[in-house]
Amino acid sequence: MGLTRNSHQGGPVNGPLLIAKEAESDRVIALAGNPNVGKSTVFNALTGMNQHTGNWPGKTVASAQGRHVYREQGYIIVDLPGTYSLMAHSAEEEVARNFICFGRADATVVVCDATCLERNLNLVLQAIEITPRVIVCVNLMDEAKRKGIQINLNRLEEMLGVPVVGASARSGKGLESLSEQISRSVNGETSKAPIKIVYTAPIEEALQTLTPVVEEKLISLEKPISSRWVALQMLEADEGLHQPLTDYLGFDLSKDEAIQKTLAGLSAIFERYGLPMARLQDKVVSCIVRTAERICRSTVSCQRSDYNAWDRRLDRLLTSRFTGLPVMLLLLGFIFWLTITGANELSQWLSTGLFWIGDRLTEGLLWLGTPPWVESLLVQGGYRVLAWVVSVMLPPMAIFFPLFTLLEDFGYLPRVAFNLDHSFQKAHTCGKQALTICMGFGCNAAGVIGCRIIDSPRERLIAILTNNFAPCNGRLPTIIALIAMFFASGVIAPLQSAVSAFLLVGVIVLGVGITFLVSRLLSGTILKGIPSSFALELPPYRRPQIGRVILRSVFDRTLFVLGRAAAVAAPAGLVIWLFANIEISGQSLLLHCAQFLDPLARLMGMDGVILFAFILGFPANEIVIPIILMSYMATGHLIDFESYSALKELLVANGWTPLTAVCTILFSLLHWPCSTTCLTIHKETGSWKWTAAAMLIPTLIGVGACMLITMLTRIIC
Amino acid sequence: MHNIDSLDRLGIGQQARVEELRLSGGIRRRMQDIGLIEGTPVECLQKSPAGDPAAYLIRGAVIALRREDSGRVMVRLS
Repeated sequence: MGLTRNSHQGGPVNGPLLIAKEAESDRVIALAGNPNVGKSTVFNALTGMNQHTGNWPGKTVASAQGRHVYREQGYIIVDLPGTYSLMAHSAEEEVARNFICFGRADATVVVCDATCLERNLNLVLQAIEITPRVIVCVNLMDEAKRKGIQINLNRLEEMLGVPVVGASARSGKGLESLSEQISRSVNGETSKAPIKIVYTAPIEEALQTLTPVVEEKLISLEKPISSRWVALQMLEADEGLHQPLTDYLGFDLSKDEAIQKTLAGLSAIFERYGLPMARLQDKVVSCIVRTAERICRSTVSCQRSDYNAWDRRLDRLLTSRFTGLPVMLLLLGFIFWLTITGANELSQWLSTGLFWIGDRLTEGLLWLGTPPWVESLLVQGGYRVLAWVVSVMLPPMAIFFPLFTLLEDFGYLPRVAFNLDHSFQKAHTCGKQALTICMGFGCNAAGVIGCRIIDSPRERLIAILTNNFAPCNGRLPTIIALIAMFFASGVIAPLQSAVSAFLLVGVIVLGVGITFLVSRLLSGTILKGIPSSFALELPPYRRPQIGRVILRSVFDRTLFVLGRAAAVAAPAGLVIWLFANIEISGQSLLLHCAQFLDPLARLMGMDGVILFAFILGFPANEIVIPIILMSYMATGHLIDFESYSALKELLVANGWTPLTAVCTILFSLLHWPCSTTCLTIHKETGSWKWTAAAMLIPTLIGVGACMLITMLTRIIC
Repeated sequence: MHNIDSLDRLGIGQQARVEELRLSGGIRRRMQDIGLIEGTPVECLQKSPAGDPAAYLIRGAVIALRREDSGRVMVRLS
C-alpha cells in the first residue's frame, strides 16, 4: 500500500523492459501468472527482495526485477504484471506477452493458484503455445489442501508436457525444486514434448497450410519463436501484435507476398465450414478454455464441495445490502481508534526521550564552545522539528500502516471496491478506483502509481486527478491532532479516542464523497465518456501474515518515513529557524511572509502562519503542524510534546477558534499534493498540464470550501 | 423448466449455464479470458449493497460484474 524505496522501480507501463544483468552469463527468467496468485511472493522468495505483496488482483503494476543465484548460476527474475491472458487487451498484458514471446526470456515460469487451477491453466496453455520453455509453478498448495482440493501434479506434468512444481511460496515450500527446474529448463535438460492445443477442424486445416509458409520465412532468422503461433496470430489478424512482431523480425511479415497469397486462399476453408472470420478468435479462445477444462477434470479432485463456505459467509457479512457499508465504516473507525489510542502513548514516550536527548545536545555543543546562534540553529531549529515529526507524526503512521496492511493481506480491499462500485458507476468511472483510494491512504504517490490497474485511460486519469482526496499517512496525523485538540477534548477521557475516530471517519467519508463528485464532474466535462466494463476478481480470504506485516511495516515503511523526515524535516527546521530569526526592518522574515498571506488566509478561516506552513509543507505534509507551532513561538523553536491540551493552549493563545481548526482540517484534506506526488503524477501522465490540474482542482475546492464555511459561520454567529 | 435469461437476473444462489455472449470488443475478450464461454456454468453468489455489481462463481473464481455487462450474457437456468 505505501510508498517504499522499491515502488519507484519499473518504467511506465508501455515502456520497454530493460534488463539489468549483473554478469554476462546471467539468464533471464520471466515470471508470469494471473493476478493475485502469489507471483510477488515467489519473486521475493527467489530474489530476497521486498516487493510489496497484498491480497488483491493487480497489485504488481510495474515489472520488478531481481537477481537469484542457484548453483553458482545467476538468474535475472522479471516479475511481469499479472494477466489473465496473453492476447494483449491491455497495456499490462501487452508488456507480459511481448516479453515472453519475443525471445527475451530464457525460460518462463507461470505461477498458478492451486485453488483455482482451471482458470490459471488458460494462461499456461497460451504461454506454452508461444514458447516450449515454460515451467508451471502451482502455488498456494497449502491453501488448496486446507480447502480439500487435491491436485495430481505428476498427471498435470504429463498432460502439459512441461515441468510442474508444487509450491507454498509464503512458507518457502517448493522453491528449491522450482530453482532446480529453472536450471534444468534453461540448460535444455527437459525433453518432453509440450502439449499441442488442437483447434477445431477449419482452424487446424488453415494452420496446416499457413504454418509451413511462415516457417520458411522465419527459419533463416534463428530467432526462437513458434511458427505455428505466429501463423495463428496472422489468421486472427491481431492488430496489436503487428508492430512488435515487425520490430522483432526486422520485416513486415503480413506484407510478404507468399503469405498474403496463402491467407487469401484460406478464406475458402472457413467459408466451407461456415465459420465467419470474425468468430475465429472466439473459437480459438474456447478451444483453449475447453483444453484447460479437460486437463483439470483429470488432475484436480475436490473432497468437499463446500470448501468456500467460510468465504461465502464472510462475503455475506462484508458486502450484503444491510451490513456491507456499516461494517466497512465500523472497521475503518476501529482501525482509527486503535491508531489514536496507541499513538497517544507512544508520542509522549518518544517526545520525552527525544527532547531529553536534545537538551544533552545543547549542553554538549555549548561545552564544545559552539557559538549560541549555531547551537540554536542546529538544536532549536533542525533537531527539534525532526524530534517533533518523529514523536507526534510518526506513531499514528507506524500503527495505522500495519493495521491497514493486515486488512489488505486478508483480502478485504476488493470487497471495498465491490461495495462502492455502484457510486463509481454513477460517477462514470471504474470501481477499481476504490483500490487506488485505499492505496492513497498510505501514500498518494503510491496511489497514483496504483492507478495503472485501471484499463481505460480516461478513468485512470480521473483516478489520478482525484487521488489526493484520500488523506495520506502524512496528513492523517495532522488531522488526528487537530481533532483531538479541538473536538474530542471536551469528552470524558475514556471516550476521547472513540470520538476522535468517529470524527476522523467523517473526514474520510467527506474525502470519498468529494472524490465521487469531482470524478462525476470530470466525466461530464473535460474527460467525457461512459464507464467502461468492469470485471473485478474477489479473491479468497487468506489468513494475514501478522508477523511479516509488522516486521515489514517497521523496516520498510517506518524506516522510510524516518529517512524522509530526516531528509525533509531537519532542513525545513533550519529554514524556519532562519525565517524566524532573520529580521528585516525590525520584524522577522517569517512574520513578513505570514502577514503577506494573512488577508487571504483570514477569508479562509485561518491565519497567515497556517497558510505559510502549508506552502512550506509542500515537500512533506508531516511538517505542517511543527511549522505552525514553531512560528507561534516568538523565538522560532519548538516546545516538546506534553499533551494535546498544552498544545491547544498555545494555539488558542494565537487566536485559534474551533472554526480555525475546522478550516485547517479541511485545507489539509483539500490542497495541493506533496512534491513527491506531483512528480509521480507528471511521470504517470507525462504531462505538466495534468499535473497542474491535479494541484489546482483540490486547492480550488479547498479554498472555496474554507471560505464558504468561514462566511457562513460569521453570518450565523 | 429451462428458461433463457440474462445473467444479471440470477438471484443469489441461482445457477445457470452460459448460452451466448452478446458483448463485443474488449469486454467480450475479457469475459472469455476468465473462462466465460458458451456452456460455462455460473452461480450468482452475492449482490453488492446497491444490488449492482453482483459477484459470480466462474470456474472456481469469484468475479464481480456490472449489470451493464452481465445483462448481455445470456444464460439457461439450471
